[in-house]
Amino acid sequence: MRQGLVRALGGAAILALVVGAAGCNSGSDNDGGGGSSGGGKNCGYKIAFMGALTGSAANLGINIEQGYELAIKQYNEKNGADCIQVAKFDTQGDPAVAPGVARQAVSDPKVIGVVGLPFSGESEAAGPILNDAKIPNISPAATNPTLSTHGWTYFHRAVATDKNQGPAAAAYIQDVLKPQKVFVADDQSAYGSGLAEAVKAKLGPMVVATDKTSADGKQTDFSAIVQKIISSGATVFFYGGYYTNAGLIRKQLTAAGWKGTMVGGDGVKDPGFAKAAGNAAAAGTVVTCPCAPASEAGGTFVADYKQTWNQDAGTYSDVAYDATNIFLKGIDEGNTTPEKMNEFLKTVEYTGVANTYKFTDTGELDPQYLKVWAFKFDASGVDQPVQQIKLTS
Amino acid sequence: MHFDDLAHNWGPLTASGLAQGAIYALFALGYTLVYGVLRLINFAHSEVFMVGSYAALITWGFFGLDENSATPPTTEVIGYVVLGVLVAAAISGITALVVELVAYRPLRRHNAPPLAFLITAIGASLVISEAVGVATHRNQRGVPPLIQPADAFTIGNTHVTNLEILIILLTLVMMVGLDRFINRTRLGRGIRAVAQSPDTAALMGVNKDRVISLVFLIGGLMAGIAAVMYLFKIGTTRYDAGFSLGIAAFTAAVLGGIGNLRGAVVGGIIIGLFENYGSALFGSNYRNVVTFVVLIVILMFRPSGILGEALGRARA
Amino acid sequence: MTTVQTILRWRGPDGGVRGWFGRQPRLVRWTLLAAIAAGAYALPYVGEVPVIGPQIVTEGVDWRTALFNISYFVLLALGLNVVVGFAGLLDLGYVGFFAVGAYTVALLASPNSDFKTNWPWLATVPVAIVITMISGVLLGWPTLRLRGDYLAIVTLGFAEIIRIFAENTTLLRGDRGFSGIPHPPGKHADGTPIFGVRDAGPYYWLGVSLIIVIVLAIRNLDRSRVGRSWLAIREDEDAAAIMGVRTFKYKLWAFAIGACVGGLGGVMFAGQNGFMNSASFQIQFSVLILAGVVMGGSGNIAGAILGGALISYIPDRLRGVEIAGQDAFQYRFLMFGIAIILIMIFRPQGLIPSRRRAMELKDRAKEVAPQ
Repeated sequence: MRQGLVRALGGAAILALVVGAAGCNSGSDNDGGGGSSGGGKNCGYKIAFMGALTGSAANLGINIEQGYELAIKQYNEKNGADCIQVAKFDTQGDPAVAPGVARQAVSDPKVIGVVGLPFSGESEAAGPILNDAKIPNISPAATNPTLSTHGWTYFHRAVATDKNQGPAAAAYIQDVLKPQKVFVADDQSAYGSGLAEAVKAKLGPMVVATDKTSADGKQTDFSAIVQKIISSGATVFFYGGYYTNAGLIRKQLTAAGWKGTMVGGDGVKDPGFAKAAGNAAAAGTVVTCPCAPASEAGGTFVADYKQTWNQDAGTYSDVAYDATNIFLKGIDEGNTTPEKMNEFLKTVEYTGVANTYKFTDTGELDPQYLKVWAFKFDASGVDQPVQQIKLTS
Repeated sequence: MHFDDLAHNWGPLTASGLAQGAIYALFALGYTLVYGVLRLINFAHSEVFMVGSYAALITWGFFGLDENSATPPTTEVIGYVVLGVLVAAAISGITALVVELVAYRPLRRHNAPPLAFLITAIGASLVISEAVGVATHRNQRGVPPLIQPADAFTIGNTHVTNLEILIILLTLVMMVGLDRFINRTRLGRGIRAVAQSPDTAALMGVNKDRVISLVFLIGGLMAGIAAVMYLFKIGTTRYDAGFSLGIAAFTAAVLGGIGNLRGAVVGGIIIGLFENYGSALFGSNYRNVVTFVVLIVILMFRPSGILGEALGRARA
Repeated sequence: MTTVQTILRWRGPDGGVRGWFGRQPRLVRWTLLAAIAAGAYALPYVGEVPVIGPQIVTEGVDWRTALFNISYFVLLALGLNVVVGFAGLLDLGYVGFFAVGAYTVALLASPNSDFKTNWPWLATVPVAIVITMISGVLLGWPTLRLRGDYLAIVTLGFAEIIRIFAENTTLLRGDRGFSGIPHPPGKHADGTPIFGVRDAGPYYWLGVSLIIVIVLAIRNLDRSRVGRSWLAIREDEDAAAIMGVRTFKYKLWAFAIGACVGGLGGVMFAGQNGFMNSASFQIQFSVLILAGVVMGGSGNIAGAILGGALISYIPDRLRGVEIAGQDAFQYRFLMFGIAIILIMIFRPQGLIPSRRRAMELKDRAKEVAPQ
């Protein structure tokens, strides 16, 4: 008797859960019933965002998503509400999840462009699908150089790669910090190890020792690497990885009494770093980024972002904003199918708030527009721009 | 393999390893006690530890202390530390009791097979860590800088900090206290009796349920204290902080002889040292591999551990 | 008898639904099973069923991809069921076998691999099966003499060691992973590949076919001497050994078969995803599969299928749904953890019980000394 009751209850619980979830979902099917709902000329399309909205490096994805959504909001204010629709897809930054999400995104015929994916691993996984579906995509943050070597004609990148960022970081270390000994480590991610390799190559014999850590978010006890850094006598420590690990290492380095400077890449450039390390320990850390400071961003972007999201613009928010606006400009000029949009992207030269964009035939940014900046964390945990680094390669 | 790294840093690695080992020892006590009495690996013990660490952080948060605060004056620090330890120990102990009551006791009533206990243990571990993870958005949380690391004394290139000394002393005190408790008090006798043979002990008038609850409580208390030490040493905690520590602590318990309290200390220290040496030798990313290999080797060649399983055996 | 009582008395005196099923003539049984299989093949089209279709279909993930995920989770649950359910060995490192299968395919077939062999996907399948079986035997040989709880921890350790090596060695390329893994072969009449990038349907159908084959194979094993030995080992290993059952050999068999099925799951995953890296193989994955087997009903095939399907379907279905400010997908481990505890306390034989198992547990409950 009891078993039958338990079975019935269990079945009812599962049913309730699914129906309840469905109830929450059914709304999304009814949006945008085709045609133009606004007064604008080319309406009723969607530009999708794919990236990590949850997970240990979610901040980076959210910054980008908010830049993208701001651009669409502003466009809709001018051209009618719901003219272009937002379509967000959360991949959690996970390459195993990205393909399923990508298939979902491309199955919607209204999607004519994708802003994403921010992380290199998931870009590798979802790239073939986006390319096969012939949906043009602009990545505002994935810096792994191999992404443009697969022959994906629909792939575009709005930032410099680690082939530029790595040597730039090394140049900054050599020219500004001028240490005798440098320690280089990475988290073995596609991004982190690529960046660290590039830095090592340029610094050459200045690098006295190296080490590796576990992937971001997987390790909390870094005492072993801290010991190594201290005993190596290095005064500069370069870490290729993301802000959670970097912050914890910096904190434990300070607790162990190390007085040197830590340098990181764009994965570390986030307030999450200061949060993980504590403002006092984080102060003085240098980070590079193939992006310009938000304060340099043109127009009213900084103010608009703050007003819409109640936060300061984060890393790559401005690039995502520009990338979205490139798509929107394409729509304005009548490129309302994915193929036409891709043709438009091949020839566009667009000046946005963060940079001017022109793509080469492999989808990379035209070399004259590549830029890498150095930032430094101040005592209140905010990264302030220091200078633009001259790119020599 | 970086032999020169190991040789050069041997001193600091040993100091750090001893402190780490002390934390493992306190943590391992929970595993070894529960296993000695129930023959069950309490997977949820690592979450009991993690909950204790958050309890201490939240308590300090009430006083306005977070990772960006300045260090308060020494008298206040002592107060905060003591308070943190008490709260963490209490919350961990209570969590352990709740886990026992909710997850294990019903299974004991049904005389469930050992596999069921293990699976439930995994379920309990999952529930607690995920609940905390969801509540904290899987972010890590920093520790207020209550104890400023300062060198207590220096031998060669080894700087032994005040924190490391504190951890080792505290562990020794706890161990001695626990040892006396198990061997000299009536409740301790009850624990040993139930460990040796639960049904006979019940026949002799020992309240089995109460003893088991007590064992979980003691393990939880120790884990809470270990959690606070861990907070000071590592400076941060997260919802999954218990997992790799739990594996290391369990290895320590097995290494020393599961069910053997002194064995847990010996095992903890050895694991702490080996992990540090192994990280220096192979790279810090191989740290967990060292622990697992030690575990596998022990289990294959000497499953009863270094000091042998002893909780149930009367000792001279 | 009222209607309610009739419904609730599913476990009637003559065995309820399963008893009824067992009593039907063979033709009827096979027809029913064929109908169920046909239903499984038709699932990609369930979205078109009016009213309930859209409720079943997943929102945040492509439905066919979600179905494919279900298929390889079910495969893994079937494999783990052999180890945990039939032989009673708690293996917490099952994801290791999945990883071995997937990495074998990647190493042999991906253009990124150091081996530079560039085999087609189909050629790698038998190699992957053999290698995973060998790894199962290698894992089992030193560890199967251990007590149940030690076995659990050691298998956990092995899986973690595999993951750490995958992350740290250049050969296995860590997080950079292998891209360009070829898909299963086959072309449509017009020259486009059947197993393309955008439509996960063919992969799902392949998965279902594989499941059917595996189910038949396992069912036959279960009814043979091997299955009976497993039953004896599970109930009381010492008694079985005394009665002449070669416990070690059969435990090793269970491990090898479980590993082989797990490897197949990995092969399917690699072939569909086209890209994989060390982040795909976390310990939590093993725990998830275990949860599925336990929830569904360990020791019986239907239970394993149901459990595997649930642990994959429910999280995918909840993607995109917000609960208390977070995507419901984040709650999946919490939900399954609670489910495990509840099931173990109230219904340890699982949702679809194996009658044998239920009887075992009942017998044990009778042996409890009065508290």
